[in-house]
Amino acid sequence: MGSNMAECHPVAFRWPLKAKTDHGAVLMHVDPRFTRTSAACDVHVPIRAGSDIVFLGAIINHVINSRRWNEDPFYREFVVNYTNAATLVNPDFKGTEELDGVFSGLAPDGKSYANATWSYQRNPAPGKGKGGLGPFSDLLLQQLPGRPKTDPTMQDPHCVLQIIKRHYARYTPALVEKVCGCSAEQFTKVAQTMLENSGREKTANITYAVGWTQHTVGVQIIRAAAMLQALLGNIGRPGGGVLALRGHATIQGSTDIATLYHSLPAYLNMPDGRKKHDSLKDFILTEAGPLATSYWGNYPKFAVSYFKAQFGAAATAENDYGYDYHPKITGDHSHMPMMLDMGAGKIKGFFVMGQNPAVGGQNARLQRKALAKLDWMVVRDYFETETASFWRNSPEILSGELKPADIKTEVFFLPAAAVAEMEGSFTNTQRLLQQHDKAADPPGDARSDSWFTYHLGKRLQAMYRDSANPLDWGIKNLAWDYEPEAKEVAPWRIKDEPSAYRVLKEINGYTVADGKPLATFANLKEDGTTVCGAWIYTGVVPEEGKNNAARRKPDEWISPNWGFAWPANRHIMYNRASADSQGRPWSEAKKLILWDPDADSGTKDLSGNPVRGKWVAPSGEGIDFQPTKAPAMVGKDAALGFDWLSGNDAFIMRADGKAWLFAPAGLVDGPLPAHYEPYESPVANRVYRQQSNPVAKVWRTEGNVYHGVADPKYPIVVSTYRVTEHHLSGTMSRWLPWLAELMPELFCEVSPELAAEKGIRNAGYVTIVTARGEIEARALVTRRIKPFVLDGKKVHEIGLPWHWGWQGNAKGDVVNDLSAMVGDPNVSIHEGKVFTCDIRAGRKGGRS
Amino acid sequence: MGISRRKFLKVTSGIVGGGVAAELGILNVDTAAAAAKAGKVPIKSGRQIPSICPYCAVGCGQIVTVDDAGVIVDIQGNPDSPINQGTLCPKGAATLQLVKNEQRWSTVKYRAPGSDRWEEKPLDWAMSRIAELTKKTRDANFNEFQDMPDGKGGTIRKRVMNTYAIASLGGATMDNEWNYLHQKLMHALGVVYLENQARI
Repeated sequence: MGSNMAECHPVAFRWPLKAKTDHGAVLMHVDPRFTRTSAACDVHVPIRAGSDIVFLGAIINHVINSRRWNEDPFYREFVVNYTNAATLVNPDFKGTEELDGVFSGLAPDGKSYANATWSYQRNPAPGKGKGGLGPFSDLLLQQLPGRPKTDPTMQDPHCVLQIIKRHYARYTPALVEKVCGCSAEQFTKVAQTMLENSGREKTANITYAVGWTQHTVGVQIIRAAAMLQALLGNIGRPGGGVLALRGHATIQGSTDIATLYHSLPAYLNMPDGRKKHDSLKDFILTEAGPLATSYWGNYPKFAVSYFKAQFGAAATAENDYGYDYHPKITGDHSHMPMMLDMGAGKIKGFFVMGQNPAVGGQNARLQRKALAKLDWMVVRDYFETETASFWRNSPEILSGELKPADIKTEVFFLPAAAVAEMEGSFTNTQRLLQQHDKAADPPGDARSDSWFTYHLGKRLQAMYRDSANPLDWGIKNLAWDYEPEAKEVAPWRIKDEPSAYRVLKEINGYTVADGKPLATFANLKEDGTTVCGAWIYTGVVPEEGKNNAARRKPDEWISPNWGFAWPANRHIMYNRASADSQGRPWSEAKKLILWDPDADSGTKDLSGNPVRGKWVAPSGEGIDFQPTKAPAMVGKDAALGFDWLSGNDAFIMRADGKAWLFAPAGLVDGPLPAHYEPYESPVANRVYRQQSNPVAKVWRTEGNVYHGVADPKYPIVVSTYRVTEHHLSGTMSRWLPWLAELMPELFCEVSPELAAEKGIRNAGYVTIVTARGEIEARALVTRRIKPFVLDGKKVHEIGLPWHWGWQGNAKGDVVNDLSAMVGDPNVSIHEGKVFTCDIRAGRKGGRS
Repeated sequence: MGISRRKFLKVTSGIVGGGVAAELGILNVDTAAAAAKAGKVPIKSGRQIPSICPYCAVGCGQIVTVDDAGVIVDIQGNPDSPINQGTLCPKGAATLQLVKNEQRWSTVKYRAPGSDRWEEKPLDWAMSRIAELTKKTRDANFNEFQDMPDGKGGTIRKRVMNTYAIASLGGATMDNEWNYLHQKLMHALGVVYLENQARI
């Protein structure tokens, strides 16, 4: 669902196809459009864009009320042990059934939630722990919560399973028909197939892409899938899981080692002026306190080692490891508000590297106009992108709305090296780090991205070297030495490339005393004796000179010696759940890791006898659990991390060790996925009175006008998407002659029914209009798209691939001129997958 | 662009791009002829360097072939990779044209405020000017403290050590090593408008 895998990730799609042809797997595609993915699947169910939570919620309802799920002991054992289904929630919690579509805690203005009532019922807090763990850990030990209360019979009305039962009771096949627009039979086929193919002997996987993320309820759609998979016992097991198909070579790496405003590397939160983050101690206690009983109990080690990586020898216990000199965020500084603030003149200088917001940004016209407000902009890319040329030949220049003479932006274009022209690593969508070697120097003055940032940093450090201003302490004391060894650059014309190896070694971490790489994150310290840029990557450089991302020995299954899967070469996360509560594989067919009670654990008891029992993985898979913790072992109450977790707490990054069917924390828009209509929708919400996500991010500002619910001016649903032959905003494809010729022009997929209504001719021009903009495209009249009948109302949907712009060999209008800035409240992603529009035959401006 | 290849591409597009084209009624595809022709495409020889496809996040292995003069002459799928076993999609198969492309710019271009044209500039000049602008913009717009809501209707003065005057937006096909260096430098400068394609 939410993915057109055959066209957007074609090489990966070989594997499900192989599962179908070689092993009889059933492939099902639930998607608004009939695509080449649908054509290759056993089942295609079209649903209206933005109705996914109704479909998934109804599967959950189907599953938990089915005879199979209630009678087969597999599900009960999985769910009771590995999920929070049995956990008791605060009796003050009220859900959408009681509050007609919202959850308890909604602020009087309806724009934010307080989540106090979403909490667990807990036993009394334990006494203070033993201490002696470290200065920050000892403080965490003093504020531990009591263990969550549970009802293993799952009958208590406040237990998570009962809450879920009530919450999804109204998500019926009949509701699916009315909201999603498919038939109840089509729905039931999918639900029943999922159920029948999940269990002890079989697992089922759900794969998605941006068709699920780019919504005002994007996070909750994915949560619904994760809930379903946890209920079906499909998490942590081979062939199970929820797989995100991401769209860029190291988009996972960019998230892990975040160049994102809210995050430090390796999922530590960014220090924040809105929180109690006044010192490093405050930061650690605020962030790690609620997580200290999970593996995040090691947060102090991760955080101190990060600051040591940042400021090197200048970071000491006395100066809080330089914490005071690190910036804090103060609000939402993500892409969309960033561009709005730029348009308002708040931002003066802009680095745009390998990104093209003039085409790829939502409400792209507004984003282009924001660029004209800058004092300066640096673009690094291969070609003269639309972003680089906005001042010269953008639609706003051609229309006369803007004139180059009036645009004061000083623009630099710096040519970039291609991947084959530099050494480095990418992290793919399965968390696998893979090294690419340098094959040749880039041409002329083209340089690697790392070269640019490294040399900019060196120049700035030189400029600040003599500053005595404490505000400059951070840049002055930045640990910034990645000079290459002579042998690294010997073959090349360019001699001043930073050493990719030295950067990766710092990301991996090393001990301060001897500079030796850390083999595992278990060796990190909170006393300033270890440096680590991103703890989840520790192990990629396990010893000096060894780069596990460059391992290239494949095998027939997990390939543990091909690249490096973070964390610690674990390819299937939470794989403790691949074994039952006794540590035995659920079945021979689904064996992955298991508890071997006779294996030598490598430790000795007090009498000096070897302790028996450890987790083993015949497949070579990394074990995502404490290696010697027996399944029956009970965790300690006054302890952190692994010591708190019990032998069945498979979900080691959750504070209770359980997969969260109900999210007591971490989400800003509710503990359970509930259906809200897209922010722009042709219909009223039939599930609740609440129309759209009450806490969605909206920016009501000039040039970012929204359509109303069932707006008669904009009655048609539009979904944007990608084609095989182009990549995102087209910078890496529209300039390539082969790809430009294969897919030369923007088109719009229209159903024959809509074409007949509007007088649209196949291959003729159409104009698509929203309150934000107007574009033209060639019509592709096709039965792949069809209108939906929702409770008697016919709703048309059209599809637009969005790769084109005015530069390159294949040119076309910018589809994102149509979209609005509106976003998911958890992660500020936009809703490009569904908004409303109107369409008419003919070209822009009335030409035919 | 490669107009001379048009005839060949009209045939091969039947394999990889035929879905839309066929619906538009443009092509009459003979895939057997295309396969026969593809079988005769000469494989370039030279030094083979392992690489990774620069496009999507599947992470297909590639082999970059370099001739005796050190020039990249071919990029193919890596048969050893357990992910793609030598195969590539249309974008991956076109990677060579990202590297060898006459429209690719290899010199620094500069557009002065108010100008209607690009000028060529030396790389060193541009780096100096960019560093100077970065420092000037940061220093003139740096916030040591900011009044933040205290949750009780009032405000509280917080140390923020940031600047809102510089923003950075990166792509997600750039190395892990770049991401690391860039977040490190931006944080050292106090930049908080730090974003990446990874969000959207």
